[in-house]
Amino acid sequence: MKQTTGTLVVKLVVLAIAALLLFAPFLFQNVRSLEVAARICIFIVLVASYDLLIGYTGIVSFAHTMFFGFGAYGAAILLKTMGPGWDAVILGAIAGVAVSLVLAVAIGLLSLRVKAIFFAMITLAAASVVLVLVSQLSQLTGGEDGITYRAPDLFKPATKLLTDADGKVLRIFDVRLNGKLAAYYFVFFSSLILFVLMLRFVRSPLGTVLEAIRENEARAEAIGYRVVAYRTFIFCLSATVASLAGTVYAVWLKYTGPDTSLSFAIMIDILLMVVIGGMGTMWGAVIGAVLMVMAQYYLRDLMGAASEALAGIPVLPELLAPDRWLFWLGIIFILLVYFFPKGIAGTAMARGARS
Amino acid sequence: MSLLSLNNVKTNIDQYAVLHDVSFEVAEGGVFVLLGRNGAGKTTTLRSIMGLWKPSPGSIAFRGQDITGLHTADIARLGIAYVPENMGIFGTLTVDENLVLATAKGKIDSTRLKWVHGLFPALEKFRDKQAWSLSGGQKQMLSVARAIIEPRELILIDEPTKGLAPSIVEAMGEAFREIAENSTILLVEQNFNFARKLGRDMAVIDDGKVVHAGTMAEFAANQELQDKLLGLSM
Amino acid sequence: MEQVSKTFEKLGGVNLLPIILGAVAFVLIGAPSSWVTLTVAGLAMGMMVFLMASGLSLVFGLMDVLNFGHSAFVSFGAFIAATVLGGLSGWLASDSIALNAAALVAAYSAAILFGLVAGWFFETVIIRPVYRDHLRQILITMGAMIVAEQTILAFWGGTPYSVPRPHFLEGSWIIGDVSIEIYRGFAFLLGLAAFIGLYVLLNRTRIGLLIRAGVEDREMVESLGFRVDRMFIGVFMLGSALAALGGAMWAGYETLITPALGAEMMIIVFIVVIIGGLGSIEGTLLGALLVGLMSNYLGFLAPKMALASNMILMVAILLWRPNGLRPAVK
Repeated sequence: MKQTTGTLVVKLVVLAIAALLLFAPFLFQNVRSLEVAARICIFIVLVASYDLLIGYTGIVSFAHTMFFGFGAYGAAILLKTMGPGWDAVILGAIAGVAVSLVLAVAIGLLSLRVKAIFFAMITLAAASVVLVLVSQLSQLTGGEDGITYRAPDLFKPATKLLTDADGKVLRIFDVRLNGKLAAYYFVFFSSLILFVLMLRFVRSPLGTVLEAIRENEARAEAIGYRVVAYRTFIFCLSATVASLAGTVYAVWLKYTGPDTSLSFAIMIDILLMVVIGGMGTMWGAVIGAVLMVMAQYYLRDLMGAASEALAGIPVLPELLAPDRWLFWLGIIFILLVYFFPKGIAGTAMARGARS
Repeated sequence: MSLLSLNNVKTNIDQYAVLHDVSFEVAEGGVFVLLGRNGAGKTTTLRSIMGLWKPSPGSIAFRGQDITGLHTADIARLGIAYVPENMGIFGTLTVDENLVLATAKGKIDSTRLKWVHGLFPALEKFRDKQAWSLSGGQKQMLSVARAIIEPRELILIDEPTKGLAPSIVEAMGEAFREIAENSTILLVEQNFNFARKLGRDMAVIDDGKVVHAGTMAEFAANQELQDKLLGLSM
Repeated sequence: MEQVSKTFEKLGGVNLLPIILGAVAFVLIGAPSSWVTLTVAGLAMGMMVFLMASGLSLVFGLMDVLNFGHSAFVSFGAFIAATVLGGLSGWLASDSIALNAAALVAAYSAAILFGLVAGWFFETVIIRPVYRDHLRQILITMGAMIVAEQTILAFWGGTPYSVPRPHFLEGSWIIGDVSIEIYRGFAFLLGLAAFIGLYVLLNRTRIGLLIRAGVEDREMVESLGFRVDRMFIGVFMLGSALAALGGAMWAGYETLITPALGAEMMIIVFIVVIIGGLGSIEGTLLGALLVGLMSNYLGFLAPKMALASNMILMVAILLWRPNGLRPAVK
């Protein structure tokens, strides 16, 4: 594909977002902003890994949060039982990835062999079974309440990364170089590494094969590509990355529960992000995640205000209540899929196309 | 006026152009044979006539009426029947149910049925059997029978002899000859020996274009032309 | 082994599975009276799930359209019927069976009517633009499901909604030491009647033949001169109405319903159509009965396994028959 002016713009925007995220602790000095920035980092990875699947193979999975959850719960359970240490984080990550891979292989071979359309249904069924299991196995998972635990000592807010002459924590541009900062950069660089690896993957020869399969399955099969094997492989890859993202998020949050890692609402968030951003571009994941996370944090407040303003009118305040957030997202989602199936990045990249 | 005419038909499947420029005329009566190598675009031509793929640009006219944009069902209602390459048999329905569905009103005319049973006796014997249990030859007969259970002016038949035993091929040829007395058959065929005995007019398609059109007698006599156009595939 | 599978096919093949399941459960449960109660509950649940699933299966078979929003019809059916029943609670409490029945008919009719209208709307507005595009179909119908669920939340609130039952369906029949809840027997019979009606429609009428033929080969039906897309609206509306009726019956069965009902039933419905084989109502019935029985037996034997059991059932059946038990096309 030739570079278009649109592509250039998209890449510049992504670069700007990366820069903002890199300097986030220095640019936005409050707790909530850092929370938003970390969530954006995690969701960029999560959405990009989902994009590997939906955008590069054209199959829809509803089990992405399941893998995200495995990674998160792996770390959470081990941090709780083994105490805060890197060994727990690493073992948790490995355990999460292992469980994810086993399930991904099983689901992939079982359903992709028959019909790609089964895949969507089976992943949905699997994800909901896991969700119920997690809430039932409360000794292990904490049930609905989830698990609270401590992160490795390095990330404690009291940790001093550097001290000044008085032995107090050093400040640069008024930002304390403490454990919170370390935790943020742990999230940022983990996400960056995972994202760059995925980007390199789609540019690799294997990524090209995947695009060929997406464009024309029958033809790819005829040429001799083993479509099922490739799809199962990419499903495993996307599950692995999602699981790792889950682990990183669990370390950052110091809490893991169904609402932060497994719930269907997160799955819908991911779907929205990938569709808003643009499927099959990778860059779209960045744009989609940024827009949605920002909207989640700041638009809900707006909806609350609107709902109160409309009190007295039947149903309308109900629909505008912050709890009905999903209602509007659903409508936006449908409209987007109808009118902008390529999403922001896809539409922009097609602009100024020179053919 | 010819019964069917294709003018500069171009058909894309997804982003691949399968037919580049197909034009030919089918006169009323007899068998018109469409020849060509594998993948030349013969099936796509029939499907384009049926409206299963939409040509653009180009036009297809039936009895002078433009049918290019019509829905497949409406094209069929004009009096065109289609016997696809995969035969399109409804396997979970019985032989009789398959035939009933091919009638416009849901009733089979009994004289017509007798005639069809005369052409294909197996269909009378197995009339209450589920169609998936028929043999390949019987399925092919059912597929053709479905196309003629009510009078149709034009019958499109796609490679009816593929994979059939010689005796069945012969019976099929007899049936086509009889059918062609009252209708027109547009036959796509790879089996040249079968086609040459039936055909009156013919055309050859190669790489999505008509490369030759004329009478079958002329073409059958010209060995050089056959070798050039049909190559080793025949 | 081959001998065994031959005998199995001769005796009725996959149709035997519910009976085998029942027999195994009989041995495991031990107490005949509990077994009868559970079996009736399982059959009742199976028939209701069948109603919910049959439309989805036919719609997929006929047009290759997979509607992830199908469960919205189920939950709307449940809530609409519950509201009508609530409004007619005077009739329900009365001793007159006629008034009881009238309230029930009104509730079910409201659900069915909604199903028809919503099905028409859904097909023409939501699904028509994305025929033949599975990816966008899944996404859009999923979006529609979310909107529907949120709409229910906005109208009925998030707290469990209680559903009154008509007086004449309260209580149980007692035969010896076996007790059978009347509502379950009623649900089973009504579901059975709907199945028979559907079966006759599909096997004995011309439109039914066309639908079955369309499930096998849509293009061929069109080539014979029939507008499958117009038939499809009818099938879609019918399927939606059946789903709404299933939901309405389910509401009375559960007596307490929440807006999460749709999402919960959707998983079960998917499992049913996958194991039954997409596109055939006999397969859907078989799948629904298996799931209904399995849930009730395991709910008794190993309560924690109940939901995972459906998943295990599905995996086992897919490993054995990748296209489901009775796929529409041979």
